[in-house]
Amino acid sequence: MATETAAAHGEEGGLVFHPMDQFIVKPLFGGTEVHWYTITNVTLWMALAVVAIFALMVLATSRRATIPSRGQSIAELAYGFIYKMVEDVAGKDAVGFFPYVMTLFMFIVFANFLGLIPMSFTTTSHFAVTIVLALCVFLTVTIYGLAKHGTKFLGLFWVTSAPLPLRPILAVIELISYFVRPVSHSIRLAGNVMAGHAVIKVFAGFAAIAVVSPVSILAITAMYGLEVLVAFIQAYVFTILTCVYLKDALHPSH
Amino acid sequence: MATPTGDGLADATGVATHAEGAAPGMPQLNFDHWGNQVFWLLITLVVIYLILSRVALPRISAVLAERTGTITNDIAAAEDLKQKAVEAEAAYDKALADARVEAGKIVADTKAEIQADLDAATAKADAEIAAKAAEGEKAIAEIRANALESIEAVAKDTAAAIVSGLGFSAEAKTVDQAVADRMKG
Repeated sequence: MATETAAAHGEEGGLVFHPMDQFIVKPLFGGTEVHWYTITNVTLWMALAVVAIFALMVLATSRRATIPSRGQSIAELAYGFIYKMVEDVAGKDAVGFFPYVMTLFMFIVFANFLGLIPMSFTTTSHFAVTIVLALCVFLTVTIYGLAKHGTKFLGLFWVTSAPLPLRPILAVIELISYFVRPVSHSIRLAGNVMAGHAVIKVFAGFAAIAVVSPVSILAITAMYGLEVLVAFIQAYVFTILTCVYLKDALHPSH
Repeated sequence: MATPTGDGLADATGVATHAEGAAPGMPQLNFDHWGNQVFWLLITLVVIYLILSRVALPRISAVLAERTGTITNDIAAAEDLKQKAVEAEAAYDKALADARVEAGKIVADTKAEIQADLDAATAKADAEIAAKAAEGEKAIAEIRANALESIEAVAKDTAAAIVSGLGFSAEAKTVDQAVADRMKG
């Protein structure tokens, strides 16, 4: 990504491309130092996600209507969607994890969609954020699996259905794939979101040339439509993978 | 999945270190900002978790349960009403069948009555007709007899007159005999 940008800088000369500038973390109230407690644009857009989630899940459902309003319908839809996913993918005994999975899904989906607002800051485009999310899942699965099943949880790596000589090799492969999970889990989300936003910015840079600008605007529109899809699909993928991993913790035998 | 991301990370980190100081190549890999993001993310997640698990999810769950209950009740009530409708229909059908039977009976009774009246009237009329016919026949017979007698008398008189007219005299008895013979013939 970065090398492409550099190439673009070189070739176009007059054009200015800063596709990654949108991801810079900045303090909101002046200053340049970013301490761990500084209120930054990260804080702002995460807070907006919280506000949006509160508006949908609490304010819209405040009437507790038997015949729901539009907002309540959407909140119920989200509830049913994730509840069914947890139940179907991770099993009936995993519904205790439902609020946890719901938290992850709501945060990612709202962060992704808020990030689609022009000039906004997309929190889920940062590896720092997605790695923490993925590590939360990874640690939950590992600790819960070990606490519940003890050494039986290690049966996850010992494929009893395979022939005995193959099992040690498979165990190594399974072990590697298990520890790669949080990496792929987090990079998939941040990578998708970041790439789409950067591509839109690159197209926007081309709009400076009058001849190319209609094409550029068309391309931005098309990319934006794709990004709307990606915003939801990536949240969905992250959540369903969380459920799949939870299933391993609950039922380690294959 | 593992190898490309691994490569990407290595590549990206290289770029990041290279871009240090100058324009930030990839703000995602500026590790100075990670603490800030992780801190605010954890706060955000805890807040969302509390909002959802304490308020939103129990509320939505209650609403959904209540709706399911209402729907079940309504379906039961509808089932009840349907049962009632079926019963009412059966009662209606029974009443209809009864009425039909009753009507049939009335029709048959009336028919029999009318038939009886008709038979009586027919018999009476037949008797009258027979009497009238007999009377008529008698009258006709009388008339016929009278006519024959008259013809005989006229024939005898005529015969006698013709015979005397021709200058013969004939005995009344002979003339009578001759006329009677001719009339038979």
